[in-house]
Amino acid sequence: MAWKVDLMGFISRGFRGKRRDNVSSARVPPGQHVVADFPVLSAGPTPRPALDEWTFSIVGEIDEPKRWTWKEFRALPSETVTKDIHCVTKWSKLDTSWKGVSMDTLLEGVESAADFATVFSDGGYTTNLPLDDLTGSKAWVVYEFDGQPLHPEHGGPVRLLVPHLYFWKSAKWVRGITLQNEEQPGFWESNGYHMRGDPWREQRYWGD
Amino acid sequence: MWQVAEVAELIPETPRVASLVLKVPDWPGHDAGQHVDVRLTAEDGYQAQRSYSIASPPEESRLAITVERLEDGEVSPYLVGEVKVGDRIELRGPIGGYFVWKAGDAHPLLLIAGGSGVVPLMAMLRHRSAAAAKPPARMLYSSRKLEDVIYKEELDRLAAAGDGLAVTHVLTRAQPPGWKGYARRIDREMVSDVAWPEEPAPLVFICGPTSFVETAGGLLVDLGYDPSWIKTERFGATGG
Repeated sequence: MAWKVDLMGFISRGFRGKRRDNVSSARVPPGQHVVADFPVLSAGPTPRPALDEWTFSIVGEIDEPKRWTWKEFRALPSETVTKDIHCVTKWSKLDTSWKGVSMDTLLEGVESAADFATVFSDGGYTTNLPLDDLTGSKAWVVYEFDGQPLHPEHGGPVRLLVPHLYFWKSAKWVRGITLQNEEQPGFWESNGYHMRGDPWREQRYWGD
Repeated sequence: MWQVAEVAELIPETPRVASLVLKVPDWPGHDAGQHVDVRLTAEDGYQAQRSYSIASPPEESRLAITVERLEDGEVSPYLVGEVKVGDRIELRGPIGGYFVWKAGDAHPLLLIAGGSGVVPLMAMLRHRSAAAAKPPARMLYSSRKLEDVIYKEELDRLAAAGDGLAVTHVLTRAQPPGWKGYARRIDREMVSDVAWPEEPAPLVFICGPTSFVETAGGLLVDLGYDPSWIKTERFGATGG
């Protein structure tokens, strides 16, 4: 196709850019740039749930739905992980430290034929993932960032962390997951964003 | 898919902000509130991408983005300072299907802007201005000082049209002599003065820096607004 050939040689006249020599490009997916602070993005006001009413649930295609109160959840075995995170709005943040419960721990003993999950949050936010992206030491439900309780702006009391996918999959204010046999688009996935969101394949939007 | 757009016109808006009016040959159309991704490529192939809100309404054939120059930024000092009319840039879009407003929605509209967060809200007001049926609309727009107010004259003109739009300016850092408007950061009293009553459910769009959006959204919820009426978009270090 002619236009493609034309684009391949595209140069922005006079643009040099700011290269960051101290960052290994092997850690930064295409189209991303590294930031030092922690930007906040969300579609609505920040919810502030009362912890004595808070629960985390696994429901849907599951023989026995599971549910933890705040106290029970905090008593589960925890892990501290250091991960790079990548937001679809183009920023990446390296070496972020989180503490929480592995999804493997939460799904332990769950009998289900489901292949997909819809993650749901306070405020009505949802996001969808194949169950394979939530298991195998790839996803956590976290309550500490950088050694401190997770700030409400960043999803506290508890958010999902799925660092190998774009960060909208790491739902803030998470309250549980619904196991499903078929994948159903979540909030951003219904609003123009990719169903899976792998930053290394630059799966940002519909059609990527 | 990336497309090449040609810069047709540069409009200085404030000392640090300019609008780029672009000719995009195969623009598929957009909704007010959406954004585009811009990609720059250096001679050695190095690339940088950023997202910018669309300022022009769906009705206009040329696409406009409004960009604030961030001195330590990478892309914005190029778009505001280096780019000339006739230059070409790569873009893709429109992007985002949530923070959008379509004429025809009859709910009273409340737009709350901090700094260059006014850009997607301006696309909504331009769209409203072009529409046959106009719901009542209020804008609360916070800037540091008068010379930082983007689209000042156009906002004055739109508000003077007598079609149900009121614009309330806030100047937080410095005010001209005789300024009678708000001269402080957004707070409960200001929001309850400007916001619509809860009935009939207004539709709210808030865009600005994180702390501004957090504060404004929280105040509206405290006033009794349902969180589902409020759509927010934030910027911080995502720009540049």
